[in-house]
Amino acid sequence: MISIQNIHKRFGSQVVLNGISLDLEPGKITTVVGPSGVGKSVLLKLILGILSPEEGDVLIDGRSITKARSEPERNDIRANLGVLFQSAALFDSLSVYDNIAFPLRERTNLNRLDIHDKVSFLLNSLSLSQYHKKLPQEISLGMRKRVGMARALIMEPEVILIDEPNTGLDPIVGQEVYDLIKYCHKEWGFTAVVISHELPEVFQVTDKMIMLLKGRIHLEGTPHDFINSTDPAVQQFIQGKLDGPISIQ
Amino acid sequence: MSAAVSIERFGRGVINSVSAWGSAWVFIAETILGIFRPPFRLRLLLRQILEIGFNSVLVIFLIGGFTGAVLAVQGEYTLSKFGATAWTGPMVALSLIRELAPVLTALMVIGRAGSAITAEVGIMRITEQIDALRSMAVDPIRYLMVPRLLAGIISMPLLMCVFTTIGIGGGYLVGTKILGLAPGSFMGQIISNVDMVDVNSGLIKSLVFGFIFGWVTCYKGYTCGFGAVGVNKATTQAVVTASVAVLVVDYFLTSILTRIFF
Repeated sequence: MISIQNIHKRFGSQVVLNGISLDLEPGKITTVVGPSGVGKSVLLKLILGILSPEEGDVLIDGRSITKARSEPERNDIRANLGVLFQSAALFDSLSVYDNIAFPLRERTNLNRLDIHDKVSFLLNSLSLSQYHKKLPQEISLGMRKRVGMARALIMEPEVILIDEPNTGLDPIVGQEVYDLIKYCHKEWGFTAVVISHELPEVFQVTDKMIMLLKGRIHLEGTPHDFINSTDPAVQQFIQGKLDGPISIQ
Repeated sequence: MSAAVSIERFGRGVINSVSAWGSAWVFIAETILGIFRPPFRLRLLLRQILEIGFNSVLVIFLIGGFTGAVLAVQGEYTLSKFGATAWTGPMVALSLIRELAPVLTALMVIGRAGSAITAEVGIMRITEQIDALRSMAVDPIRYLMVPRLLAGIISMPLLMCVFTTIGIGGGYLVGTKILGLAPGSFMGQIISNVDMVDVNSGLIKSLVFGFIFGWVTCYKGYTCGFGAVGVNKATTQAVVTASVAVLVVDYFLTSILTRIFF
């Protein structure tokens, strides 16, 4: 599925990721947590092939996205990925309907009727039907994330990457987004990588936890392993304490 | 500050400048190649022509009309010293066609539509919309930049023609109705003294300015820095860089075209 092999990434003199290796389990949700600035979103962009590592490789279904020679080859590898961005990243000039239909119009030869059927199905499944004519700026952030999820699902990818699902949301809407992830995962059965620093909310959706610290994987295990870890950095992160091995960057 | 630190800073500055230049050239090379690669997005191109071209017509009307009017007043005043007020018409027309219409049109479009393009693309960059395009296997260069570059190249000569026509009209109105020049002589002298090479010279300039407009404004938006400050800086840099580039290139183009055509 997705295999991350000994990834090193730096920006200028700042080392962000320093030898990360990770295999994603098919059909499971893996959550990457860690303090702000630790490189969680960078890891996501490396998986997408939007950033290139200095060293290491990212394999998607056995094909290297980091060593792809051209953008069309990378696009071909990306075809199996869907992404829900932190801010949803919907296109401002397109309606909710057109945002969801966008990947189908750009990447398939489906006719208008088939596209309409697929978009309508997702609009209904994710309770978005009444918003289909609205522009992204006319709906709430929570609803935009719902549209972003619909857009990520429209091509029926095997892997969904989710970046900070409840950033900027109040606890109730944040919970609604986690319910949405659970519902979509149950219905579509995709493999997911969730980037988050929201604890304990993220425990309810995840099968596997990865904690990044100082450019490396600090802990890898189930949510149970994570909660019961005696590691001071893990406990500091869970409890949100200022004192401990994690310093504010 | 030690000499070593100064040398290091100077070296870093040189490397950054060379790197930025290289990146701008790679960007435009990719955009030009993108023009010839399918899919061809005609609807996006037409929307950009509407944005850049059609929506600039009103301001071009105003600027063109008043520029022609001012040229007529200044021209008549200067030429009257030599008893040559009959040449006011050709002076207005040639100044507009060969120089003022291409340059002022470019400067106005850079200020109106160029800043909007940089801000729009920059906001798409910082709100991850460009990353979203790439994640959906859509090349942002071909989807966003190609229509804007082409729309700039197509719109600029058309707007320049509007500017020239309205400018000559403004000059004619002021010259004949206010300054008392003979209408027949004003237009007759224009027809006798303006050649196609003058028009071609203005059109070539407009095409080049349209290319500069598209290149600079798209590149600055595409490589915009983080947050509102990044968009602000990119927009300012785009307008200043494109305007200065138009004026510098205008000098060299005028020199080259004068040697070729005259």
